[in-house]
Amino acid sequence: MQPQNRTQPPAITMQGISKTFATVKANDQISFSVKAGEIHALLGENGSGKSTLMNILSGIYLPDSGEIDIHGERVIFRSPRDSMAQGIGMIHQHFKLVENLSALENIVAGTGHGLLLDRKAARDKVIALSEQFEMDIDPDRKIASMSVSEKQTVEILKVLYRGSQILILDEPTAVLTPQEITRLFHILHRMREIGQAVVFISHKLNEVLSLCDRVTVLRQGKTIGTVYTHQTTATELVEMMVGRAVDLAIERPAAVGSGQCLDVKNLTVKDHDGVARLNQVSFTLDHGEILGVAGLSGSGQKELCETIAGLCAPNGGSILFHDNQIIGKSPREIIRLGISMSFIPEDRLGMGLVASMDIADNIMLKDYAFHKGPFLNRKEARAKAKRIVEQLSINTPGIYHTVRKLSGGNIQKVILGREINLSPRLLITAYAVRGLDIHSSYTIYSLINEQKSKDVAVLFIGEDLDVLLELCDRILVLCNGQVTGIVNAKDVNKEQIGLMMAGETLTESEAV
Amino acid sequence: MRLRIAKKDTAGGYKAVLIRVGAVLVALVLSGLLMTAMGYNPISAFAAIIKGSFGSKRGLINTITVAIPLLVVALGLSISFSMRFWNIGGEGQLIMGAIFATFVAHNLPVNTPTPVYLITMAIASMIGGALFALIPGLFRAYSGTNETLFTLMLNYVAIKITVFLRLVLWKDPEAKGFPSIEAIPKIAHLPKVFGIHSGWIIALIATVLVYVFLKYTKRGYETRVVGESERTAHYAGINVRRVLISGVILSGGLVGLAGFVKLSGAAFTLSESIGGGNGFSAVIIAWLAQLNAPVMVIVALLFAAMEQGAMGMELALKIPASVADIIKGLILFTALASEFFIAYRVVIEPGPRQLQKQAQKEDQV
Repeated sequence: MQPQNRTQPPAITMQGISKTFATVKANDQISFSVKAGEIHALLGENGSGKSTLMNILSGIYLPDSGEIDIHGERVIFRSPRDSMAQGIGMIHQHFKLVENLSALENIVAGTGHGLLLDRKAARDKVIALSEQFEMDIDPDRKIASMSVSEKQTVEILKVLYRGSQILILDEPTAVLTPQEITRLFHILHRMREIGQAVVFISHKLNEVLSLCDRVTVLRQGKTIGTVYTHQTTATELVEMMVGRAVDLAIERPAAVGSGQCLDVKNLTVKDHDGVARLNQVSFTLDHGEILGVAGLSGSGQKELCETIAGLCAPNGGSILFHDNQIIGKSPREIIRLGISMSFIPEDRLGMGLVASMDIADNIMLKDYAFHKGPFLNRKEARAKAKRIVEQLSINTPGIYHTVRKLSGGNIQKVILGREINLSPRLLITAYAVRGLDIHSSYTIYSLINEQKSKDVAVLFIGEDLDVLLELCDRILVLCNGQVTGIVNAKDVNKEQIGLMMAGETLTESEAV
Repeated sequence: MRLRIAKKDTAGGYKAVLIRVGAVLVALVLSGLLMTAMGYNPISAFAAIIKGSFGSKRGLINTITVAIPLLVVALGLSISFSMRFWNIGGEGQLIMGAIFATFVAHNLPVNTPTPVYLITMAIASMIGGALFALIPGLFRAYSGTNETLFTLMLNYVAIKITVFLRLVLWKDPEAKGFPSIEAIPKIAHLPKVFGIHSGWIIALIATVLVYVFLKYTKRGYETRVVGESERTAHYAGINVRRVLISGVILSGGLVGLAGFVKLSGAAFTLSESIGGGNGFSAVIIAWLAQLNAPVMVIVALLFAAMEQGAMGMELALKIPASVADIIKGLILFTALASEFFIAYRVVIEPGPRQLQKQAQKEDQV
């Protein structure tokens, strides 16, 4: 018999959790505890064991050893169903909703026992829940017509509908505007008030500090510690995550370029259905300047990059590179014009690299065509690969290692290394640090700054507004394929960018 | 206790080879069991297969003769496969090659020197195979048509064209009773080198060329990039259409060449059965060899040995030759399974009940 607890037992107690994959100790004696009525952040770099731990909590993995108590009761999760039955709900980064069903249908799917559904009762319950948590959701609207943020709210409702007392959110803010983030935080606050436990997984330290009550930091599969957010700072948290002090400031050297590189005018791109993905986009980009592009995902960033790089056929407008019109030209034609442009696409393994080939073969992807004769010059490629691996300290057993098997950060370094090696005059990067840990991200930032100092014009598509504001000279904001503002990064704040991302244009006096 | 499947982080080197060899052994054991169940002695059956295929000079020559077209077709298909163009039309392309070669053989002046005669036939066969592969290739390149079904159906078109030629257009007036196409003249026969028709030299040269092409040339590199991801190819500035079309021409041309080799080396008469299923067996050979040209030589030889040995087995032991087909099927089956074991491993871990017991024990302590 366990002694009677005087206070309420914690919502989650995980003790001595270990899980080994092959030779990797993903979780090594991890302890993690969340109280009811608490928002608890789980922080750690890639590979620190966050996902493994949460997968154990949601019943996807069985731990090698360790105990889990939910509200003071010992449990063993054999499957996600067991975990759900204990009131644990997980909101994944990728939503699991049926697009052509309504919100209500998505919420009740899989909950009924009989053949028939008591639609009325279900509807009432959903409406009651959304009122209780002050969510603004019409239960009869189709998912397909909803914004990302609304879909996320439906996911949360779905979990609440099933009576979940413990909510796990995996990087929920990555896809939201600052305003939508505020709304999400409001919902989470309501949940805290009624005694629910919330586990919040995020990379963004500012959010963790402003939203959460406590933070547990993991590093290399071990618990480093749990701290109260009001007793800690971002710098301290990073030190716990990385294991040493990291300077969090991003440098922004003054832009001293040699003039204009790119002049884009009235660029319009339509998709297969004739919907404009880019609508009359105009901007200029100078050498020695970093122009950031902010916007919700799918606002036309991909089309913008791909049109400039010659991968996507535009429906109108002009793109002048120095004095060359490059619109509608293929990548090869652009190179033939003597233009050196590097593009680091969002989809690294599906577009930027050949996943099944080794590093050396990937390094020559952009310049093999200029090898003399019909044969490949592997010797040159090998030498280059060796140099790049060394320069960017890519962590790999060798240059003959298949790129698919590298970690995300190293994969990104291979592309970046290859693209920078072409000594470009224009560098386009799409979500260059997505999925990278703090250390790798800062390495990438300084590499980009190094290019800037070499008079390269940089187009930086980003998603973390803090980074955009610190790294870029100017920021272009896209909303639904339209430019809602081009501003000096020094003169704006996150809220203003957020408003522009949501479609409001800054007045002339505000835009500089 | 329960089983879980885990991804292996390192799979390669000698271990992968061991697993693949193990797979073949498992297949042999399984087919041995099968033969036992059918009432045959598996050991003597295998012995008969080996004796029939490699045991005598005659057997060896026959085995190699069977292996030559298999190898050439597999080489041709491997170019298609490395750009993920699922060319299942080897049979049809081979027949087309043979038709073109036959046409040349019957129409060149008789006083043409033998080398010119043979080279013209070879070129014609390559054009035939290439054209036949080009049809689905163009459709795929320009309108994204599914090439798997397209190439497959074209096999039957080629077969029926041959039937038409045999019954109507090229019907040999001298052949009484059974309608057939006239045999190609003596001058159009491939000369023998070391007792085997010189197709083996062509096959070995093709092996080297395909290997060098895919591994060391720019176009070969482009072919592999296109196979991996058309988006990546596009990104790298590769003209995907051009690569696709030239690859298909090369692939079909090589398969067509196998038609010439078969016609001039062994069959001497065009008929709809000249393909003999080579176009399909070669798909398996190319895959088992992991699209690696030198390995295809060995796999093609083994396949041929199986076919040749089965006949010996039938003669010596009265075991039906189709048992060899069962063995081939089992080898393919286990080889595919082995790919799974190369990439993954099965982990045995304590099940929930054991964990519960364990937990209870610990609680009692």
